[in-house]
Amino acid sequence: MGHLIEFQQVYKIYQMGDTQVHALDGVNFAIDKGEFVAIVGQSGSGKSTAMNIIGCLDVPTSGRYFLGGVDVSTMDDDQQAVIRNKMLGFIFQQYNLIPKLNVLENVELPLLYGGVPQRERRERALSALDRVGLADKYKNRPNQLSGGQQQRVSIARALAGNPSVILADEPTGALDSHTSREVLSFLKKLNREGDTVVLITHDNSIAVRARRIIRLQDGQIIYDGDASDPQAVVQPRMDDDEDDDLCGEVGD
Amino acid sequence: MGVKQSFFLALKSLATSKVRALLTMLGIIIGVAAVIIIISLGDGMQKLMSDSFEELGANLIQVSVQSSGSSREVSMDDMYDLVEKNPKYLSAVSPYITVSSASARTPGDTFTPYSVVGVSEAYDEIRALTVEQGRFLQYVDVLRSQKVCVVGSYISKEYYNGSALGKTLGLSGYNYTIVGVLSESAESRKGSADDLVIIPYTNAQQLNSALGSSGSPSSTMMSGGILTGVGMDTYMFSGTSKDTASTSRGVIENFLDKVYGDDQKYMVITSAEMLDMMNTMMDTMMVVLVAIAGISLLVGGIGIMNIMLVSVSERTREIGIRKSLGAKRRDIRGQFIIEAGTTSAIGGVIGIVLGIALAKVAGTLIDGLMNSGSTQFTAVVSIQSVALAFGVSVGVGILFGYLPANKAAKLNPIDALRYE
Repeated sequence: MGHLIEFQQVYKIYQMGDTQVHALDGVNFAIDKGEFVAIVGQSGSGKSTAMNIIGCLDVPTSGRYFLGGVDVSTMDDDQQAVIRNKMLGFIFQQYNLIPKLNVLENVELPLLYGGVPQRERRERALSALDRVGLADKYKNRPNQLSGGQQQRVSIARALAGNPSVILADEPTGALDSHTSREVLSFLKKLNREGDTVVLITHDNSIAVRARRIIRLQDGQIIYDGDASDPQAVVQPRMDDDEDDDLCGEVGD
Repeated sequence: MGVKQSFFLALKSLATSKVRALLTMLGIIIGVAAVIIIISLGDGMQKLMSDSFEELGANLIQVSVQSSGSSREVSMDDMYDLVEKNPKYLSAVSPYITVSSASARTPGDTFTPYSVVGVSEAYDEIRALTVEQGRFLQYVDVLRSQKVCVVGSYISKEYYNGSALGKTLGLSGYNYTIVGVLSESAESRKGSADDLVIIPYTNAQQLNSALGSSGSPSSTMMSGGILTGVGMDTYMFSGTSKDTASTSRGVIENFLDKVYGDDQKYMVITSAEMLDMMNTMMDTMMVVLVAIAGISLLVGGIGIMNIMLVSVSERTREIGIRKSLGAKRRDIRGQFIIEAGTTSAIGGVIGIVLGIALAKVAGTLIDGLMNSGSTQFTAVVSIQSVALAFGVSVGVGILFGYLPANKAAKLNPIDALRYE
């Protein structure tokens, strides 16, 4: 049995006018089933690009990316959509719920696109809402819920499809510290229950809640190891000139 | 994602912006209503024409020949001979002599019937008239110029309280006995085909010469669908069937051509051919009008496309979310196409209802204006025209929804998610 996620010499190169920007510059790592990994880095470090590629929202310029043993680095739009639907659960900083759908309909969406029949869809969505403790709010609109509750709905949506990887992109970025702690403990709980969680953040204090940290800088891995190792949280040196947000951040 | 879900979602998003939805639909509403109105009125016109011809007798062949100012003449006997020699194509003939400005007198009243005509005993068969009370004219009436007449239901009802049979009717000083009353054909209205007195043609000839001329109409005119004119003798033939109408016409024309040697001096018209001709004309006209109305459907479609493009921009983030959750291109495309189709379909339904209502109103107005009497004009709303209008409106929505939908489907999920 191979790794769940495996990057082999992954490059992502953007052409900005005359200069080439290496958002990912030959990245290699592997994540196994049941891990809780934080990918950390300043803006411009390449972590958002890494997250886009892990999430099958983008493909590498070169190199290979295996998800569940399958090479997904050369897939087209629709093939990636199927992988996203079956294997990935996204949690975004801005929750990204659809405002005109109610909570249940939002959670049902990945199942809808996965072709799950209506009755089963409803059952699975309700049980996912139950896991995040919001089963009683299923008829509400997202804007009738607090930020923390909306983020829990989006977690329920990520769980509903029963994915192999939960991919959380700055999941606490829009929350106060108390709610942030709640959400993080919830992610830990999911991990204890067997889910693989990949957390993308710029914040060390959040990253240390994971069990393993992969730190990126200028498109390269500068640390990959245990989160409890003091080395994991050493702030890298800053190069102001090259630190523009060239690759963008999903959810910002 | 199922069609049903997309459909309900589309309804929901239409309901949340009613004014915008209505404005978007307006072009489709107007276009569909226009198409329905044009087709309904056109069909009504066609029905009116075929009713009129039906009333004349479907196998009727009208022959007008010049009687004065020509050295050659045809007589009634020539016409009878023609029918006898061509039993395959012609079944009966009657002269048709209009008695103009004939005033009629009942025991208590004087009035001017809409038409007084002199015909032979075969006329009821030729025109498919049915006698409700009494009998039609007989050969002996014509032969002996008997002072008998058959009246239409309007005259019977209006001047004899419905029991005209056996009563007398004065025509230019002569008393005629009413021997028959025709059954109602046009709701017994004044000036309709029910406002009619029929006398033997031999009497009509006498009446006209007594009046000093063959009639007062100054030129060729249509009277109750029958062509009459100064110096013209009119004959009504009945052909054997609609299918042989053109051969029947040929037989008569050949004969008249031998007599006159000049096709300016006679005219032969068959109901069937004339109806065909007018139908073809109407059809052509309707195609043109519907095509013009179709332009507003096109404009409506462009309106839908415009608003869908706006909608795609507004919902870029939603599209990104849906894609991140596993929506394929066709899911997104389907959602927007169904939304466009639903918008135009609702517009189509509103347009159909509006169109039917307006067509009915217009039909009533036109009927009032024409006051043609003999037949009524009504807008005919056919299932086909409704189905066509609805189908076209949905089609327009899908066609013009495709471009925006495809734009949405091709959005890059990363860009779409980042879109503010």
